[in-house]
Amino acid sequence: MNNSNQRSSFFSNVDWLTVFLFITLCVIGWFNIHAAVYDENKPSIIDTDTRYGKQFIYIVVAIVLAMLILLLESRFLSALAPFFYVTTVLLLLLVLVVGHNVGGNQAWIDMGGGFRLQPSEFAKFATCLLLARYLSATNVKVTDPKSFIIAGGIILLPMVLIKMQPDDGSTLVFCSLVFVLYREGLSPYFLIVVGLLVTLFITSLLFPSAYVVAVIVIATVLISLTIKRNRPLIFKVIIGAAISIAFVFGVKPLYEHGLKPHQRKRIDVVLGLTRDIKGVGYNQNQAKIAIGSGGAWGKGYLQGTQTKYAFVPAQSTDFIFCTIGEEWGFAGSVVVLGLYLFLLLRIVHIAERQRAPFSRIYGYGVASIIFFHVLINIAMAIGVMPVIGIPLPFISYGGSSLLSFTILLFILLKLDSNRMGVIHG
Amino acid sequence: MNSFFERRYIIAGIFIAFILLLLGRLFYIQVVDDRYALYASQNVIRKMIQYPARGPILDRNGKIMVQSDIIYDIMVIPKQVTPFDTIEFCKLLGIDKAGYDKRMAKARKYSPYRASVFEKQLSPQLYATFQERLSEFVGFFPQQRPVRSYPDSAAAQFLGYIGEVTDPIIKRSGGYYSPGDYIGISGVERSYETVLRGQRGVLNKMVDSRNQPKGSYANGAFDTVAVAGEKLVSSLDMTIQKLGEELMRNKIGSIVAIEPSTGEILCFVSSPTYDPNLLVGKQRGNNAAALYKDPYKPFFVRPVQALYPPGSSFKPLSALIAMQEGMITPQTVYVCPGYYQAGNRRIPCFHHEVHGAVNLSSAIAHSCNGYFDMVFEKLVNRFGTRNVDTGYGAWRNNVAKFGLGTRLDLDLPGESRGLLPKADYYDKMYRKGGWRSSTVISLGIGQGELSATPLQLANIEAIIANRGFYYKPHLIKAIGDKRIIKKEYTVRNYVGVDSGYFRYAIDGMQQVVDVGTANGSKIPGIVMCGKTGTAQITNQKDNSVFVAFAPRDNPKIAIAVIVEKSGQGATWAAPIASFIVEKYLTGKISTRASGIFPEYYMNANLLPPVVLTATEKRQRHVDSLKKAQVDSLSKLKLKAAANQQVPGAPKGKQPLSQPTAMLPKRKDNE
Repeated sequence: MNNSNQRSSFFSNVDWLTVFLFITLCVIGWFNIHAAVYDENKPSIIDTDTRYGKQFIYIVVAIVLAMLILLLESRFLSALAPFFYVTTVLLLLLVLVVGHNVGGNQAWIDMGGGFRLQPSEFAKFATCLLLARYLSATNVKVTDPKSFIIAGGIILLPMVLIKMQPDDGSTLVFCSLVFVLYREGLSPYFLIVVGLLVTLFITSLLFPSAYVVAVIVIATVLISLTIKRNRPLIFKVIIGAAISIAFVFGVKPLYEHGLKPHQRKRIDVVLGLTRDIKGVGYNQNQAKIAIGSGGAWGKGYLQGTQTKYAFVPAQSTDFIFCTIGEEWGFAGSVVVLGLYLFLLLRIVHIAERQRAPFSRIYGYGVASIIFFHVLINIAMAIGVMPVIGIPLPFISYGGSSLLSFTILLFILLKLDSNRMGVIHG
Repeated sequence: MNSFFERRYIIAGIFIAFILLLLGRLFYIQVVDDRYALYASQNVIRKMIQYPARGPILDRNGKIMVQSDIIYDIMVIPKQVTPFDTIEFCKLLGIDKAGYDKRMAKARKYSPYRASVFEKQLSPQLYATFQERLSEFVGFFPQQRPVRSYPDSAAAQFLGYIGEVTDPIIKRSGGYYSPGDYIGISGVERSYETVLRGQRGVLNKMVDSRNQPKGSYANGAFDTVAVAGEKLVSSLDMTIQKLGEELMRNKIGSIVAIEPSTGEILCFVSSPTYDPNLLVGKQRGNNAAALYKDPYKPFFVRPVQALYPPGSSFKPLSALIAMQEGMITPQTVYVCPGYYQAGNRRIPCFHHEVHGAVNLSSAIAHSCNGYFDMVFEKLVNRFGTRNVDTGYGAWRNNVAKFGLGTRLDLDLPGESRGLLPKADYYDKMYRKGGWRSSTVISLGIGQGELSATPLQLANIEAIIANRGFYYKPHLIKAIGDKRIIKKEYTVRNYVGVDSGYFRYAIDGMQQVVDVGTANGSKIPGIVMCGKTGTAQITNQKDNSVFVAFAPRDNPKIAIAVIVEKSGQGATWAAPIASFIVEKYLTGKISTRASGIFPEYYMNANLLPPVVLTATEKRQRHVDSLKKAQVDSLSKLKLKAAANQQVPGAPKGKQPLSQPTAMLPKRKDNE
């Protein structure tokens, strides 16, 4: 393998469709940041005094960074995975000591010149890389308890450190890596149990425990009757039901004593248990109003009153989707969510075409993280999830976020462009 | 190596499923549920109601009687209020924390989402200061309000006043009025409310989350312009109105003057009166309370609400009816022995004067009671003494045509009917067949159960001046720039007496002024025809009554003047009437042969001493206690009292509405 070969494959093997989706999302973000924080005195979209001007710089930097990543030697990535991971962990420790506190989260390290680094953003790709490297080792199987515990540990360590900041949103994102474990052989019961627990948690907060238990009992009886020949399975179902009932009764005390008051309030607002339009619910309610008022076709570029007149909080970062919803309507929502879905399916497709398990596992990590960000961010903006501050990938304002997603995605594209190289080398 | 390959579909399926769920939810809130668009516009749009200028009211010569100025109220939308420096805010408005809490509680009670008044009628300086700092007080905004100003401080009861709408009014208006709005509460302000108020406009202004103005919404596409209220041209002549008010100063009573050829009311004095400017501005509540407590009841609209026995002023009407019914001729002679013998009752003439042989004209000129008792008996007994109820019914019908015992439908609220009893009234009182003409003989000289408003008395003069008909009396002669006049005011109402009979009555009335009881009030160069009346009230001074019209030919003014508890008709009412008639006809007041001059009457204080009933005394005591206790709280209560008192609440207490016929020591006079 010589240099000229490498360079020609650099262009021919890059997945341009993904690059196109990446750039499209960045540009959509840029324009919506422009609308969100539009300043009549500084109308130029590249005025660097404004957030939209800065975002333009970040996008340029991100593209340069993307090209640099594509020029890297790909084996280098796998080899350096532990190094990245350790560095990130150290930075996460460091941020707890010298970090800059913004909005209650000690998540930023001042880099001078007005720029700040958010280590939790970079922890995402570092964790993905190490997880991919560990799981791709020949003697590791997720179904093996020891491997499962180590893999879980790789994910949990940054989670714990980020939780200490405490950045709930970023912490939660790491949970998405359960998709990676599932893809690599983790029992589907794991997904089912997690899904069941979440459902029970929410329903037992919304309805009296007795009703929920009654539904569980009826469901258990019905399932048992349909599968009456399979005695061991009936047994399992009944055990599951018993655990569920215990959980239902445990939720309320757990909820009331295990969560902090502000977290409980946010959940209460989403579940409709309290109507607090002015207090905790204010942000979410205004966000919902912004999106809902967009109608089918939106109010038009720079015409969103909710956005323009600052009714929506954090409207260029976590609540950027409000601007999209308000100014571009349901049509805009469909386009943006369509682009994300397209990107996610493309990443899954790319992951599956890898010959090296390392690349595939990493690819699923990328897809899971992007998926979780999109899901939680938009669900939060439309009021079906509590307010959890995480950015919308490639669209939200912010250098750390944009660069970390760029790195995350382009490492995959680099691995993909080299997918034949594994056989050759 | 690539085991679990099929799981990619499950993962992709989960991705697709969740994205579709989000889109489903988005479809619901963006396309299906249209509440959010409403919420968004509520967030950003402030509907500023543009209050139109309330229409001015002019007098018949185009002089402004009342016009509108603009002041500002502070409004609040409780739900939009965010925490702010309450102490500073209170200091700015000059209220305390308790006052702040109370106002907020009241606003919240009305509606958390709709604007209600927080503080009323800011001075221009205070408004300027507040406007500068508006952004600090999210949820508060200023609102224009019209206030009335009265350049002449006159015609208070005629114009009425405007005041804040009360809860029942808001409910009844179906959303047109909201708290803090003003509405005409009495007088012309009330009866012409819909014309005067104009049409409101709405400005849709946008604000940001900190309530900073951000320009108009949709370039004003949904804005409407306020249309100013219509101008009203009243029938009043401000010159004689003011003269009348001055002449009636420190007296209780009324002056009503009508232009006979149109029914337009030229002068509408209710005394004691008050300065209408007192009911404007911040002190309005206190002033209204003080006026309400005034024992002379300045809010009482005497020209249409006070009831007086017409007394001798009724006599020409009696004569007219009797001629029309053929009971007498102008030449019918009655020999007056100084009294009239009705059954076993003897009704004396005034001062037991013996008039000797009198005919119709001289009977009027000298106010001979005997003549008119005779006339009355003839009328009532025309179907035989046994059929007195039929005869009485016929007489009553004749009298009612002159507008007695019925509302004249003046364009002013609270008009009283007066009293003209039906036959069955006496049936109830004395049993059927238990009363005769002599029982009700006092009616023949305008006393007894008969009572009338000053307006009705003046209208009778207009009928005599017109020789047989009247136009509905009215206060507003034209509405708006087009000078619309209501059709009902152009219809002649005939009273059923042929015009030919009038000259005999009028002859007598002319003599009253030329040589008779009122000759001290004769106006040089003007033939005025009038009739004095004096009605005695037990143990009190008489009511002085004078009715007249002038000039005799082609009359321009018909007038009724009543000065309560002051003395004889000729003493007070007639001179006052003569000054007004002369001022109206010639624009000046000349030297009189009798030597009377207006200043004497203006300066005379004829207010009777205040007699308080036991309840009123108790009330006063309680009031003074209350006043000592709370001051800030009383403001609201007083305002409520002021609103309640409109109109007619004190009607029942009016000392003059009592039936006088049945009083044992009654004396029918003149």
